Amino acid sequence: MIRKVVKNAEEAVQGLKDNMTLMLGGFGLSGIPENSILAIRSNGAKNLTCISNNAGVDDFGLGLLLQTRQIKKMISSYVGENDLFEKLMLSGELEVDLIPQGTLAERCRAAGAGIPAFFTPAGYGTEVAEGKEVRYFNDKPHILEHAFEADFAFVKAWKGDEAGNLIFKGTARNFNPLMAMAGKITVAEVEELVPAGELDPNFIHTPGIFVQRIFQGVNYEKRIEKRTVRS
Amino acid sequence: MLDKNGIAQRIAQELEDGYYVNLGIGIPTLVANYVPDGISVEFQSENGILGMGPFPTEDQVDADLINAGKQTITALPGASFFDSAMSFGMIRGQHVQMTVLGAMELSQDGDIANWKIPGKMVKGMGGAMDLVASAENIIVAMMHTNKAGESKLLEKCSLPLTGVRCVRKVVTNLGVLDIKDGAFHLRELAPGISVDEIKNATAGKLIVDGDIPTMKLA
Repeated sequence: MIRKVVKNAEEAVQGLKDNMTLMLGGFGLSGIPENSILAIRSNGAKNLTCISNNAGVDDFGLGLLLQTRQIKKMISSYVGENDLFEKLMLSGELEVDLIPQGTLAERCRAAGAGIPAFFTPAGYGTEVAEGKEVRYFNDKPHILEHAFEADFAFVKAWKGDEAGNLIFKGTARNFNPLMAMAGKITVAEVEELVPAGELDPNFIHTPGIFVQRIFQGVNYEKRIEKRTVRS
Repeated sequence: MLDKNGIAQRIAQELEDGYYVNLGIGIPTLVANYVPDGISVEFQSENGILGMGPFPTEDQVDADLINAGKQTITALPGASFFDSAMSFGMIRGQHVQMTVLGAMELSQDGDIANWKIPGKMVKGMGGAMDLVASAENIIVAMMHTNKAGESKLLEKCSLPLTGVRCVRKVVTNLGVLDIKDGAFHLRELAPGISVDEIKNATAGKLIVDGDIPTMKLA
């Protein structure tokens, strides 16, 4: 079995340097790689481009890397649950590229699947389509979108094994499996790391081939952005 | 005139048995409260669930189970979870039969603007552009006019677009209108609303053909 297990998040982010492009899984605060984000902060790499559906909140998630000004550019579909984000964006300290959510997901998937580019109807006729090639298929206009490239992908799973196989829970899955496929180095943090053979191969969501480093995370906060209960 | 719940209730009448439905944030979310008796539908939330249930009780709250509005939810029997690429595959692949979303402006050609106001903080389009670009059956839930009393049903949208020529029906606080052939076609009036009130509140081309019934809300 190929060795993938690292001790902790600090070891998992080795090789992370200034100017790199990172993918970070999660939707809102659900399924974000909490441990890796803290380790990226300790690592101190700057001028990072971060591909992530959202940008965290002021004091949690990617908001922590905004506080330290480590992020140069965010590539996201929805941001702004975050006052610091707005301030940095308006002052020009932070570049922001907003992308339709499905296109964001597919650009991750394509990156991992060896598809350099694809046509999608999303964004046709809007400012998202500006400067992009348009082609008609079945009489409908589509725009050309390209696969991302990422030096590192940081994902969070519920369970993982020593072979790098991952199982996600609930809607915390979101972008994680796609980004796992796409990173040159994919780091998976899991709530529960088990020996190979303990996870049923029939129920693996992400096969270990996509994961280069895996570790058992600690102290998960799993913060809820909008706790809503039945009255 | 309808309130937000009334708009949701009227839109729920458009549901058909067996539909998979995506509900946007705001008024559209309320549609789930008014599914007519005898009709079975499943709600999709684009962050990765089919078979979304009601909000949880205090002990059911789970950080790993949220909707696209980031609210905690529950999963009904028969639910499934999936990644974001598969989720938008369902949407672009037209496996979802009905999409309900809000709008800031609509044009008589079916263009929709709902994501960006120049000069204000831009939060992003989320999944709205993917949804409107692909869905066959898009219903917009919105107020007929803005807070300044100006029509949101226009000849052309003034705000940056989310999608072009995609919306076919809109339910507002004043009535139900279909969008086709470059015009808004008035189909139903909200209780207590007259055709003249709709005319005054609609800036785009409006077609009123024959007697327009007042909608029935059970």
